[in-house]
Amino acid sequence: MNNIVIIAKREAKAYFSTPLAYIFISIFCGLTAAFTFYLGAFIERGQADLAPFFESHPWLLVLLVPSISMRLWAEERKTGSIELLMTLPITSLEAVIGKFIAAWLMIAVALALTFPIWITINILGNPDNGVVISSYLGSWLLAGQFLAIGSALSAMTKNQVIAFVVSTAACFVFVMSGLETVTHALEGWLPSYILLAVDTMSSLDYFEEFTKGIIDARAIVFYITTIVFWLFINVVVINLKKAK
Amino acid sequence: MDNFIVLDNLRKSFGNIVAVNGISMTVNKGDILGFIGPNGSGKSTTMKMATGFLTPDMGTSHICGVSMNKNPKEAKKLIGYLPEGAPAYGEMTTIGFLNFIADVRRLSGKEREVKIDKAIDRAQIKYVLNQQIDTLSKGFKRRVGLCQAIMHEPKVLILDEPTDGLDPNQKHHVRQLITEISRDTAVIVSTHILEEVDAVCSGVLLINKGNVVLNGSASDLRAKLANHNAVNIKLKPENLESAKRLLLTLSSISKIEVHEETQHNVNLKVLPKENMIIITDVAKVIADNKLPINDISVDQVRLDDAFRKLTTNDIGILNE
Ligand SMILES: Nc1ncnc2c1ncn2[C@@H]1O[C@H](COP(=O)(O)OP(=O)(O)O)[C@@H](O)[C@H]1O
Ligand SMILES: [Mg+2]
Repeated sequence: MNNIVIIAKREAKAYFSTPLAYIFISIFCGLTAAFTFYLGAFIERGQADLAPFFESHPWLLVLLVPSISMRLWAEERKTGSIELLMTLPITSLEAVIGKFIAAWLMIAVALALTFPIWITINILGNPDNGVVISSYLGSWLLAGQFLAIGSALSAMTKNQVIAFVVSTAACFVFVMSGLETVTHALEGWLPSYILLAVDTMSSLDYFEEFTKGIIDARAIVFYITTIVFWLFINVVVINLKKAK
Repeated sequence: MDNFIVLDNLRKSFGNIVAVNGISMTVNKGDILGFIGPNGSGKSTTMKMATGFLTPDMGTSHICGVSMNKNPKEAKKLIGYLPEGAPAYGEMTTIGFLNFIADVRRLSGKEREVKIDKAIDRAQIKYVLNQQIDTLSKGFKRRVGLCQAIMHEPKVLILDEPTDGLDPNQKHHVRQLITEISRDTAVIVSTHILEEVDAVCSGVLLINKGNVVLNGSASDLRAKLANHNAVNIKLKPENLESAKRLLLTLSSISKIEVHEETQHNVNLKVLPKENMIIITDVAKVIADNKLPINDISVDQVRLDDAFRKLTTNDIGILNE
């Protein structure tokens, strides 16, 4: 067995042997349902699609993913177990990837467990299930990006509350940068190339492609690149802390 | 090559605090080095650099010839390490945790079973295998940490205060265990309990404020005190002068101090030269001259005293 798998297995067990996974999954499913049925006027719209359900995801993930990522490294530092982990024959990279994978899979489970909503819509009408699948993929990639950001920020502190607040703010910026109101407001203030950069960095724009049923290679590359980038930052932070 | 642990001129500062200021040591196969020093003297920081948790500002750590800096993964495979406070994953059960360590250590099949069982047996944690680590007492938690460190039968064992928080029976058992394991292993044990050094260690490295104060054996540590092996004699005041005269003829003594003179008794302290053992000479003088005395005893300097003298600034008894 490879070190990444060993770490991921240990982390996954930790999620499910504590209330963490159960609480996360229940709250995620509960809130998406609430958004869909009440705020999204699911029934009244009379349309057999899951648009309101997926529209709620970026906002829920901004809050919920940092609640998972905050503990990834901050808790290890707090309890001192990081000293054990980093003196075992495991590299920082392996540990970072292993932890990320376990958390990302847990989020996949949470997404999968929203399936009753998908069944409901199939009973009520004939939705485009291709769109549903691409939307789920978009949600998962977006969650992965938030998770990587949160994991890197969690490595900087031993205080989980700080890790949570800072990660939420950072993810929020990534979502907001795609809203037209924000880019319009920035027009004239920032040079156009930065504005363009802000706009292309928007997680939300890429996510919306997925919810339209478009699986664009550029969008996938965007998410994977940002995940790799933040996990790289994560490794750098851990190695810097050793030398501090 | 029996130099299993070679630390060379390790240095580390945290901001303005110089935690470790050039510490070197060599520990050979079969040796147990007692790494002692007051709290905050830099023991844990040194061990963290030796095991690759912290990168030194300067200096190197080699484990069986493998550089911790250049090849950390290989070097770490050779080490069993018990960090200070025995951190573990609290939400896991003891056996779950040990299985995780066995995975990381690449133990499999029959060997895995045998090694896990042996380590559990040695650390005496059979009764808490299914208990969650967070709910264990301090002593058991420490022993789970020890079990984790020895499981893969490493060539190098680095233990940061392994007996801290244990009761006397447990302490005794851990010391026995360390002695047993040390035959094929190089061990560093940090402690501030000096009886431990006498009980298990083959060598002592005493540090203070990040600097090496003494590198030698427990008797070298004792020898740092002038009154080590000094002889105390209690006699009547009327015999004082003749006793002094007779004793001063001995070439092995450096000086005689007179303490607590009362009407009926006076205490003499006869100090040896360079830690020589003088009781035989002194006793012979007394016997040959039929000197009447009330009591005679040898000062056994406790390691505690030597430790305190060497790590506080009110020296003066140092015979250097
Ligand atoms: N992470 C750290 N940040 C700042 N100072 C530290 C850190 N770790 C240790 N120190 C300081 O370094 C010195 C040595 O500490 P330590 O190695 O833990 O000593 P010991 O283990 O001998 O008690 C102490 O003054 C301690 O306060
Ligand atoms: Mg310490």
